[in-house]
Amino acid sequence: MKKQAAAASGKARSLGADAWYRFKKNRLAVISLIFLCLMIVIAFSTFIIDWATDSSFYDAKVIAQDLRRRLEPPSWEHPFGLDEFGRDMLLRIIWGARYSLFMGMAAVFGATLLGGFLGAISGYYKTADGIIMRVMDILLAVPTILLATAIVAAFGTSKVNLIMAILISQTPTFARVVRASVLTVKEQEYIEAAKAMGASDMHIIIKYIIPNSLSPLIVQCTMSVASAILSIASLSFIGLGIQAPMPEWGAMLSNARTYIRDSWHITVIPGAAIMVTILMLNIIGDGLRDALDPRLKN
Amino acid sequence: MIKYIVKRLLLLIPVLIGVTFFVFTILSLAPYDPVTVILGDGATEEAMENMREELGLNDPLLVRYVNYIWDLLHGDFGKSYKTRLPVADQILSRFPNTILLASCSMVIAIVLGIPLGILSAKKQYSLLDNVATVGGLISVSMPNFWLGLLLVILFALKLRWLPSQGMGEDPVSLIKSLILPSITLGTGIMASVMRMTRSSVLETMRQDYISTARSKGIAESRVTVRHMLKNALIPIITISALQFGHLLGGSMLTETVFSWPGVGRYMLDAIKTKDTPAIMGSVILMSVSFSIMNLLADILYAFVDPRIKSQYQTKKKNKQKKSPAEDGGKEATA
Repeated sequence: MKKQAAAASGKARSLGADAWYRFKKNRLAVISLIFLCLMIVIAFSTFIIDWATDSSFYDAKVIAQDLRRRLEPPSWEHPFGLDEFGRDMLLRIIWGARYSLFMGMAAVFGATLLGGFLGAISGYYKTADGIIMRVMDILLAVPTILLATAIVAAFGTSKVNLIMAILISQTPTFARVVRASVLTVKEQEYIEAAKAMGASDMHIIIKYIIPNSLSPLIVQCTMSVASAILSIASLSFIGLGIQAPMPEWGAMLSNARTYIRDSWHITVIPGAAIMVTILMLNIIGDGLRDALDPRLKN
Repeated sequence: MIKYIVKRLLLLIPVLIGVTFFVFTILSLAPYDPVTVILGDGATEEAMENMREELGLNDPLLVRYVNYIWDLLHGDFGKSYKTRLPVADQILSRFPNTILLASCSMVIAIVLGIPLGILSAKKQYSLLDNVATVGGLISVSMPNFWLGLLLVILFALKLRWLPSQGMGEDPVSLIKSLILPSITLGTGIMASVMRMTRSSVLETMRQDYISTARSKGIAESRVTVRHMLKNALIPIITISALQFGHLLGGSMLTETVFSWPGVGRYMLDAIKTKDTPAIMGSVILMSVSFSIMNLLADILYAFVDPRIKSQYQTKKKNKQKKSPAEDGGKEATA
């Protein structure tokens, strides 16, 4: 496959560079990627602002209430309007991005490591396969949101518990993805060659199997961050995630429900923030899949 | 075939045991005492101790779990901690509402999703295809509780066409109250059905037998339905069945947004009050409906695809010859 693509473009390229070349041609995906990176930078800068001002900016602008100006619709001064306690919605959305983005990424990162490890082992060793995959099947039979809800309901609504809950519910998906690609990679001739040369199992897994099963994993990661963000927002919406007054998008929507008769913007804006974030991740995920899937190479 | 179904149903048992044990353990680990919920804050220490003994809460986790399963095998799902009513009755009285909502959402999703998917595959890169693709991507990315809120703002509060909450009693108001929640749940599923149909039809479109069918002079509509769609149906069935299974378990968020009296909202209330028997009952309903839908999808495959059907019939033969024979058999029937 690699050879074909290189021959088609007339010059040798690594698989990664080759995929990047194809990804770049997908304009929508590139725009989404740039936008997402921008969002991550902005969300990260809120930590710096909090650190530099010792949270006084956060307390004064994002948390402090001004009831005289509650539910003020969008204006030049406040482009996203003011919420039910007279707080600037734009700032709350920006400060809320860090929950969705970083907590979602943390959960997916953990799930990738754990699920990837379990999947690699059960794909490579037949004896472990049965037990691990049965446990994963059981976890898969419980819908993500329910599993996360049960964990949060039992252990309380802290940020760590929320991340753990989503991490555990995402793990089986990763285990399956990695197992499936390990099973195909395992049969390849270069693995046999490595074995013939006396390579240890660990060496084969780390050096050959993991790099060669990376592409489905990368795509799954992108998609999973999107669903993790959705889970965080959903759990916060039903009151089991991040709690008010913290500016989490789902929690903001949950509060907005009470004022749905009085004002539309406090409902529309946090949801739109969630949607745009997930949409970008989905577009990037689709783009990556097309770029990494060797079957789509021309 | 029947043997296969029975085998699959038997395989449900370990999954159910696993799921119930997992959730039971998590709930038992909670640093929290259900007796205070039942008796309220003013109860005496003695009454609380008696209640604990009555509910068997003083037993170790494993004993309690085995007792629970034992009662379950006798058809007893236990009583809700909060209402002291049998969980099975409460869930069964709400289940029809969830089935109704789930079916309406599925109808919307399939009736719109499959034709749209076929159209955008057949006219790939046309305006329609681009609009459908972008629209589908947006719908998949939308949190459906937010879509529900938007629909409420537009159709219930601004235009005042439809009710925003609850479930109507008489047929007309029932249909009216069904519209918004069904659209809310149906949109996301429609989008995934459409995306799946599109990619699946695009794949079958390039097969040789489609050119053969066309060159034989079969009408294009017949080629589309009999040759393309039928061959593209397997992944569409999979995704529809999975989504329907999810819906049948109740959707906590949408049912909450619309105050729909279904099992999803029941479960959410149970989770919020940490009502273990009620949560367990809902979890069992969820996993059973999900697994049964999965099984139904696998059975449907056989009806759609004769190649898969023949696998069931020749399974015994293949088993003796091991897997290479099975592959060979598959190709031969194909």
